[in-house]
Amino acid sequence: MSAQTSTTARRSSFWQSNFVYSFRKSPVAIVSMIVFALIALAALFAPWIAPVDPYDQALFDIMDSELPPVWQTYGDPRFLFGTDPQGRDMLSAILYGTRLSLLIGVCAVAVQAFLGISIGLIAGYIGGRLDSLLMRMADIQLSFSTLMVAIIFLAVSQAIFGSDTFNKYAIFMLIVVIGVAEWPQYARTVRACVLAEKKKEYVDSARVLGFGPLRIMVRHILPNALSPIFVISTVQVANAIISEASLSFLGLGMPPSQPSLGLLISSGFDYIFSGSWWITTIPGVVLVVLVLVINLLGDWMRDVLNPRLYKGDK
Amino acid sequence: MQTETRQPLLKISGLEKRFELDKGYLETLKFRKGRIVSERREVHAVNGVSLAVERGEALCIVGESGCGKSTVARLVAGLLKPSAGQIHYDGQRTDNLSRKALAPVRKKMQMIFQNPYASLNPRMTIQQALEEPVRFHNPRLSRAELKDQVAEVMRSVGVDPSWGYRYPHEFSGGQRQRIAIARSLTVDPEFVIADEPISALDVSIQAQVLNLMLKAKAVRGLTYLFITHDLSVVQHFGTRVAVLYLGSLCELADTATLFSAPKHPYTKALLSAVPQLSDERPNHIRLKGEIPTPINLPKGCPFQSRCAYATSRCSAERPEAIPQSDGSLVACHAVEEGRLD
Repeated sequence: MSAQTSTTARRSSFWQSNFVYSFRKSPVAIVSMIVFALIALAALFAPWIAPVDPYDQALFDIMDSELPPVWQTYGDPRFLFGTDPQGRDMLSAILYGTRLSLLIGVCAVAVQAFLGISIGLIAGYIGGRLDSLLMRMADIQLSFSTLMVAIIFLAVSQAIFGSDTFNKYAIFMLIVVIGVAEWPQYARTVRACVLAEKKKEYVDSARVLGFGPLRIMVRHILPNALSPIFVISTVQVANAIISEASLSFLGLGMPPSQPSLGLLISSGFDYIFSGSWWITTIPGVVLVVLVLVINLLGDWMRDVLNPRLYKGDK
Repeated sequence: MQTETRQPLLKISGLEKRFELDKGYLETLKFRKGRIVSERREVHAVNGVSLAVERGEALCIVGESGCGKSTVARLVAGLLKPSAGQIHYDGQRTDNLSRKALAPVRKKMQMIFQNPYASLNPRMTIQQALEEPVRFHNPRLSRAELKDQVAEVMRSVGVDPSWGYRYPHEFSGGQRQRIAIARSLTVDPEFVIADEPISALDVSIQAQVLNLMLKAKAVRGLTYLFITHDLSVVQHFGTRVAVLYLGSLCELADTATLFSAPKHPYTKALLSAVPQLSDERPNHIRLKGEIPTPINLPKGCPFQSRCAYATSRCSAERPEAIPQSDGSLVACHAVEEGRLD
């Protein structure tokens, strides 16, 4: 009992030093972090890094279309990763696309986390009928695949609002639909944590002091349920990026004028057999690497933050 | 008005608590003798306990594991709702109040828990943990007043106020329990429920914490409801003792009376089990038989299955707590009939 509470690194500096220590001991985590930081920084500073603005069609020259990357014959030094059929610089498009993908991924996960954490806290803390109701809702939500819900919702709204309006608000639609479709992941994890924490005496002690349910849930229970929330957040960001890419690939996501990674992959698909492999492959590699490093970081974080795994041998 | 001040601080009458074992309809279905029957089982944790706590005393509740001591404490603290019976605090009925209506009582009634490793939030520094209740109950307090009040309480339990930035896991069990006591004292209560506050501590620390609680009682004029299974602690700490067995009150007496002249057969057996230095050949009373399960309580006296003096009346009729000549209350047919020596 005492070993558990003392090793479950609780104090922030201790927690962080333990965190940092295991980070330094894990080459996978270091490499993943570096790669992720590079991609994220490149995406964040895309407007300053990108050679041209890929959203401005006036800058494209049709004479530059389908140029291969520089290291190939006929490569043009102006276009590091070549160009797409409209003469758009692939490097700029990928930078901006990654930016969009990350933005949608992070925002969608924020929506998921907000919904899931609130519902999970309420279900776990209040319990009873409300708990059963909310958890059955979660079960129903989980029994539909995210993509199916998203495809139906996006296709219907595209039909209702028309392409122009849809394209304008595509980014919000994607965030909301991916966010709403995956809240049960959070709700279940948080609920499980709340059920475990609720039995501990510090919650009773807070109740005896007369604190209200909201205060107990947010100030007392939630901070003790953060570790699993961190872990699923990383996995969920990767999932959301994939969902966005899939939807864009299917033409239900971002408009062609503002391509995300998924749309870039999809737009190059028609040219892949005519030899222009780079239009699909390079954004594809970026997507795979991005999702892979996020998942590897999530794996590592789960190992560190799960006391059962790291308590025994260190 | 004169009689008003004489009323007990806490009065429990006919308190009962039953916990459902089978939750939901599906769990109530049982297969019995080739048929499916719907049967709802309940654990009878507390069965009709009545007692009163006077201002300024330390009433100890003792009994073996599972006799409902902690349940009584949690019922009084409002953590559980009683299935039947009433709890009056300072003349006001508290068991049916909403959380908001209970707030003024909360300030006066606090609880100390058994396990100091679990009763402090691991993600809060002790400064935060101690400030939170004060700020919650006195929202208009200034920052400096808040700090002063917390520092004063910390000093009074022997915790250096400069440790405030530390987290609970950095403290030992005894220190944590003192911090937990400090936390309950921050709202300046008049009544403290202590649910086995020292049973999770080292013996060397137990006396320290007990003395701290006695000091707080003297300085702040506290009244205690002290739950314990340790009779030597009762002798040191309590003014009166209530002995519980299987959720029922066996005997309620002044500490001195109870230890010098126990009346209930269960109390006698309990006291004979306390190790004594003077005894070369301890004369333990061996209880035979099993404790009945609290799911299917026997009719009549709960102690009948282990009592050497049980008669047919004991298995038929539940004994009432009857006042004795020396002021104690005893619930035993044998005592009532004078069958015991």
